[in-house]
Amino acid sequence: MRRHERLIEFALFLCGLVSVGTTVGIVVVLTAETAAFFREVPVVEFLTGTQWTPLFANPRFGVWPLVLGTLLVSGIAMAVALPFGLMSAIYLSEYASPPVRRVVKPVLEVLAGVPTVVYGYFALLFVTPILQPVIPSLAGFNALSPGIVMGIMILPLVSSLSEDAMRSVPDGLREGAYALGATRMQTALTVVVPAAFSGITAASILAVSRAIGETMIVAIAAGQQPRATLDPRVPIETMTAYIVQVSLGDTPAGTLEYRTIFAVGSLLFLGTFGLNLASTWIRERFREVYR
Amino acid sequence: MTAGTTAADSAATDRGNVRRRVLDRLFQLVGLIVLAAALLALGTLLYSVLRDGMGRLSWDFLTSYTSRHASEAGILPALAGSVFIVVLTAAMAVPLGVGAAIYLEEYGTQSRMARLIELNIANLAAVPSIIYGLLGLAVFVRALAFGGSILAGAATLALLVLPVVILSTREALRTVPLSLREASYALGATRWQTIRHQVLPVAAPGILTGVILALSRAIGETAPVITIGALTYVPFLPDSVWSPFTVLPIQIFNWVSRPQPEFARNAAAASLVLLALLLSMNAAAIWLRDRYQTRRRS
Repeated sequence: MRRHERLIEFALFLCGLVSVGTTVGIVVVLTAETAAFFREVPVVEFLTGTQWTPLFANPRFGVWPLVLGTLLVSGIAMAVALPFGLMSAIYLSEYASPPVRRVVKPVLEVLAGVPTVVYGYFALLFVTPILQPVIPSLAGFNALSPGIVMGIMILPLVSSLSEDAMRSVPDGLREGAYALGATRMQTALTVVVPAAFSGITAASILAVSRAIGETMIVAIAAGQQPRATLDPRVPIETMTAYIVQVSLGDTPAGTLEYRTIFAVGSLLFLGTFGLNLASTWIRERFREVYR
Repeated sequence: MTAGTTAADSAATDRGNVRRRVLDRLFQLVGLIVLAAALLALGTLLYSVLRDGMGRLSWDFLTSYTSRHASEAGILPALAGSVFIVVLTAAMAVPLGVGAAIYLEEYGTQSRMARLIELNIANLAAVPSIIYGLLGLAVFVRALAFGGSILAGAATLALLVLPVVILSTREALRTVPLSLREASYALGATRWQTIRHQVLPVAAPGILTGVILALSRAIGETAPVITIGALTYVPFLPDSVWSPFTVLPIQIFNWVSRPQPEFARNAAAASLVLLALLLSMNAAAIWLRDRYQTRRRS
């Protein structure tokens, strides 16, 4: 009987270990292939070069065009997601009546659950065509519309996490502000938002991490032309879109081209991992604790 | 203090109050507009897909193989691949995820190892899905030589959704009252007997809700499945876990990438099928959650 119990506990422990194994696997795989990559390409060229043409006859391995492309699209996405997400969070937390909240929150969840490939379709075949008459120099593939659409995709994340942070601010603080004669706007902006600041910041950082790692919207609507530019009207390529581009081709394992996706993947992993850690750290470190 | 200044003061205060109240109203209006804009974005997205794809939706579209001619192409292999892969993903992710959650919640809450696993899961949940694709490519496709098979795809997706399954299962286990466990122990049941016969049945609807949501994420994923080398043109149905395969999101991606507008309409129609699939899964999860909540309250 006791042995039986022990055996089950051990089996359950092994299940838990799979998740640790996943992390170890990711780190080992990325490190091994990236190390092999750097035996052939100098680290300095990879990190400082401004030309990315690994599939050409005369390959160059400067990752900056991919990094800039990623930052450009993510920047546009955040410019949409942050103000809209925060404003709707304030509205839902401070103004909306419970019935409104009960209807709106699930709808926003649906927005977050739409597959990214459908968002890609929307960016390429709906947003770009309606933007082109307004911005005549906008190319068919560009950074602007995937950026905007990615912002729409991330908005529910910013909104719901920020709203959670605001709603965990105790009502006593709000009532204190009202008693001093503050309006709801003054209460929201000068009491609730500052009190929930760590949670809001953590949510925003997590959103940046999501934007950087997002793949299909940019693979569909941003193009496949790595170039070091901050012009949102021309085709670019992000780190994630490059990995997709190579994966769609027939690249044999062990070649330098095959290893490029792991090198780019490593950079992507380090970036998002750093942001996730920062998000957790800020939430824990700067949380206001009310008793 | 004279009467005059008091009157002037109160007039100023009144003006200030009016200004503040107007500002407050304006602010509320802006919030409402922003929220409406977000909902409008969702509406526009659905509208654009419906407008482009509705005309292509037919029984033939669901039951035909892909074709070079857009008007004859269907999504049967992609639909079959998606169903096949989601079942296999569930078969791997559910036992592993529920097992891990039980360990963390019922056995190892105090141990150092459990804390490490917990931290690790929180971080894994935020790793971009394409990184899981690279992991699957190196481990399942190459090292274990599964090739670009359904097995490799399902294993990759299982690792991807594992954190979601674990987190939601723990949430469900936490709602089971301690008194239930104590009563079971008092009757002489062992730990596992208590979990198996008391805790799991009570937590089951909550666990199921989490599992459905995790699987609906797996069914919509594109990037990791492309990375492990799923095909874009599959003229046959998968017949075993070793079959090459395609899934609905890849089929949509493939059609969107073509310049001809006829293929774009196919992509929209396939998106409608995918959205319908996801929506019914989500509805099932919400229905389960509501049923569960009302039962617990009564």
